[in-house]
Amino acid sequence: MVFAFFGVILGYAAIRFNVETDDPLAAEIESLLPQTQCAQCGFPGCKPYAEAIAKGEADINQCPPGGESGVEAMADLLGLEVKPLDEKFGVATEKKVAFIIEADCIGCTMCIQACPVDAILGAAKYMHTVIAFECTGCVLCVDPCPVDCIVMKSVEPSVSNWQWPEPNRNKY
Amino acid sequence: MFGRRTLEGGLDLNGHKDLSRQRSIIRAAIPKELVYPLVSQSGELAKVLVKTGERVLKGQVIAELQGNQGTLLHAASSGYIQENELRQIAHPSGLKSLCLIITTDGLDEAFPIDQLVHFSKLLPSDICSKIHEAGIVGLGGAGFPTAVKLAAKSFCEVDTLVVNGAECEPYITCDDRLMQQYSEQILLGIQVLLRALTIKKCVIGIEEDMPEAIDSMQKEIERQGFSHIQVNVVPAIYPAGGERQLIYLLTGRKTPSNGYPVDVGVICQNVGTVMAVYMAIFKGQALIERVVTLTGLGLKTPQNLWVRIGTPIKDLVNQCGGYNGPVERLIMGGLMMGLVLPEDSIGITKLTNCILVASPKEVAKTNDTEVMPCIRCGDCAAVCPVNLLPQQLYWHSQGGAHEKSQSFGLFDCIECGCCDVVCPSHIPLVQYFRASKSKVITRRREDEFADLAKQRFESKQLRIAQEKMDRDQRIQLKKQALVKLRKESAVTKPKTKDQL
Repeated sequence: MVFAFFGVILGYAAIRFNVETDDPLAAEIESLLPQTQCAQCGFPGCKPYAEAIAKGEADINQCPPGGESGVEAMADLLGLEVKPLDEKFGVATEKKVAFIIEADCIGCTMCIQACPVDAILGAAKYMHTVIAFECTGCVLCVDPCPVDCIVMKSVEPSVSNWQWPEPNRNKY
Repeated sequence: MFGRRTLEGGLDLNGHKDLSRQRSIIRAAIPKELVYPLVSQSGELAKVLVKTGERVLKGQVIAELQGNQGTLLHAASSGYIQENELRQIAHPSGLKSLCLIITTDGLDEAFPIDQLVHFSKLLPSDICSKIHEAGIVGLGGAGFPTAVKLAAKSFCEVDTLVVNGAECEPYITCDDRLMQQYSEQILLGIQVLLRALTIKKCVIGIEEDMPEAIDSMQKEIERQGFSHIQVNVVPAIYPAGGERQLIYLLTGRKTPSNGYPVDVGVICQNVGTVMAVYMAIFKGQALIERVVTLTGLGLKTPQNLWVRIGTPIKDLVNQCGGYNGPVERLIMGGLMMGLVLPEDSIGITKLTNCILVASPKEVAKTNDTEVMPCIRCGDCAAVCPVNLLPQQLYWHSQGGAHEKSQSFGLFDCIECGCCDVVCPSHIPLVQYFRASKSKVITRRREDEFADLAKQRFESKQLRIAQEKMDRDQRIQLKKQALVKLRKESAVTKPKTKDQL
């Protein structure tokens, strides 16, 4: 009798205090995605893609920036077979950063609207520039530019991004 | 000295200290050119405060180094600022980096200094700000800003100042000479630091193979009648001079692996740093010079020199009579943890304690062919001063299992190189650990970057949605207003007709 009473209370509470939460599985998948927001997967950002995977509407091999290691991580999480990247969505390339040739920029704000992470600074009829540190290299700003003044540049090796190399192991 | 603690692990290395120990420190000549790298250890570009062509005076602030180890940089002599140049710097990558260059004019004209106030009249916070203004960083090698280290006392209870005079690396004798010749100044520097920390107790740790330095410091303490400053002799075992190792040897306290010495109530400063503090408070001189050991059989006259920060190494080599026969390797720092330099035009930095010009007799040729597989003998674990298992670390690092390496204490490794020395298979263990650390750090940075990108993406989405909502609302309001206006005009129209 008492248990039934508690059961009713709990049942009521579950409905009464139900909070609309994001799918926890989608959130976990999203944390494995590189957050490039490049939309190469066919979804408008990493979050929508993660939600589609969680619902079983998309495959795990559609994210070129995540590379093979990204596919592996997702396969591991979801208990799926590792498969190669689907080339339909692009191939994994090294990360590049957008660069605006400032002398050519006409200040049209097209790239600013295209940038998914607000990494381009500027205003109408004023020169724009890319905040290099915040650019994810998604390339979405390149096509909308009417004067083709945006180029993708490789990240130069410098003291700040240099890594200790592993010792040469071919000798034994 | 009763029941003396010993280092866990470590090596009894041949010190080679007599090469440079016997001669008094002399002042190096003003070089023609002073070179200062503008990129901090964390990779941020410094803020330059002077213009090309401008004349600067000795002790004038020329740049502000950025990042978590940010500090001020002062001109070491008077001269003219040149165009910034990409130059080779002292970095393991061998990459070039932007440098600020001063062509000296030989006049050595000093920047006017403020009226000096005796330290007993200064507040602890004033002492800290003076130390910051003087651009003082830890001269032992890590280069952590001294003022920041002292400021840690405000959120941790500190009761002991440890002064590191245990120069454990082979060949280096700059701290030894400093203690022999400047004991009075060092004690005054300690007094200043104790006042800044508002504590009483200080322990100076000196290795047992430096009898002259021990004697000189002890005599000076007796002469001054200080009972709160104590000299403790530590065994001459490498790496007894590592910060955590020395603190354990002197106080018995173990710094937690994810913490700092302040967590166990200790602040540790190198004797060179203490000397720099003395110069800043008593002479008003910023950190523009330091003692550097120039040593190795590849030099004609090995000795210790007072060197202006920024002096190119080749000027110092000339001062020491030039190279002596063939040179196998030019090393900045000590034999164990130093950095191999590709050329001798690189400038001395605040952290350079030694330039080792090694002859072929002193160091072997780098030869990878000697490397053999790990036989799991465990010699490396026996010598590790932080009680790690280098063979396990190596196993996981070389297999790319960096998570696993971290669980075996990868980031506790101080890269002292003891395991490298004893490895019978000649495996370059430390390099594996460094590579592994690099990978983990890069991974962390990428994760942080992804988090930032996610935040920015979400805030943009939110902003677009908000803007759309606002626009819809405006349209709605406008529509309503129009409808109302029409209704009103329909009602009022006949009225106006009537009035007409």
